[in-house]
Amino acid sequence: MNVVEQGARAADPLVIAGRSFSSRLFLGTAGYPNQKVMLDAIAASGTELVTASIRRLDLSSPEEGLVDLIAGRADLLPNTAGCQTARDAVLTAELAREALETNWVKLEIIGDRELLYPDVEELLSATDELVRKGFVVMVYCNDDPVTCRKLADLGAAAVMPLGSPIGSGLGIANPHLIELIAARSPVPVVLDAGIGTASDAALAMELGCAAVLLNTAVSKANDPVAMARAMRHAVEAGRLAHRAGRIPRRRYAEPSSPQFGLVGS
Amino acid sequence: MTKASSVALPRIRVNGADEPLAAATIAEFLTQRGIDPTGRGVAVALNGAVVPRARWQDQPLHDGDSVEIVHARQGG
Repeated sequence: MNVVEQGARAADPLVIAGRSFSSRLFLGTAGYPNQKVMLDAIAASGTELVTASIRRLDLSSPEEGLVDLIAGRADLLPNTAGCQTARDAVLTAELAREALETNWVKLEIIGDRELLYPDVEELLSATDELVRKGFVVMVYCNDDPVTCRKLADLGAAAVMPLGSPIGSGLGIANPHLIELIAARSPVPVVLDAGIGTASDAALAMELGCAAVLLNTAVSKANDPVAMARAMRHAVEAGRLAHRAGRIPRRRYAEPSSPQFGLVGS
Repeated sequence: MTKASSVALPRIRVNGADEPLAAATIAEFLTQRGIDPTGRGVAVALNGAVVPRARWQDQPLHDGDSVEIVHARQGG
């Protein structure tokens, strides 16, 4: 391997819809103790893309918007969090495009308010419409290979299956399915939701995910900035391990030291 | 109650709240509320459809209109 190849391998960029990312960690901006901690966590994570929600402006006391706060630190990926219908999600995406001057959107349509579980029927409908309207659609979805394939076929730029319910910190409930989805998906697979700690993020990458999107695991950690740094390293380590190729699992021991030339006997 | 509708002052709904209509255009409404219509980060929908920023200056408001004014907040 020459120097150029080494450089390319070290860079290992993630490409979504033609946009190249050197960091494979996307970070949410919600629930931090304060704005300074959020900004420090963003910096420590090394992320280039952070999520935002689109909400009614409080006309009685307009506060500083997220746009000015984040400007120059990372790009904003607006979400449609809270939407329960394709109609509301499409309008939210269109408002986000106008407010943030981006055609990227994290599509999220919830079918169960307790589990925050995606509504697949509405997701498929909204993905189809948003793609036709020129959006780059990254879809928060079920850990279901069929759903992920249908979304990709409709033109989703990335599919983002959940590891476990949003904010639960339960990690990746079904690693075998995530691995299958990642191996078969024609578009990048981003593990979204459920990450609890660094090993969960590393596992997602080891399973072949292209990136990880997380929020609560960092924002609600005792030390969000330190956890953001941990997530950065976990995602990098997991990606390296995936590319390096893990050894096969075996049922019995395999000695690492030579078996000949033993002393004695 | 007769003719009540013909004498009622025009009203609009803004972010779900009913209020008297006191602005001719979206841009004028935003300015009245201390929101810079040329600033970044804000979007407006009128009766369920996004009104592009470039049309705020000319988009009139009418009795019964429903206006949504949104911006980016923290989110996951």
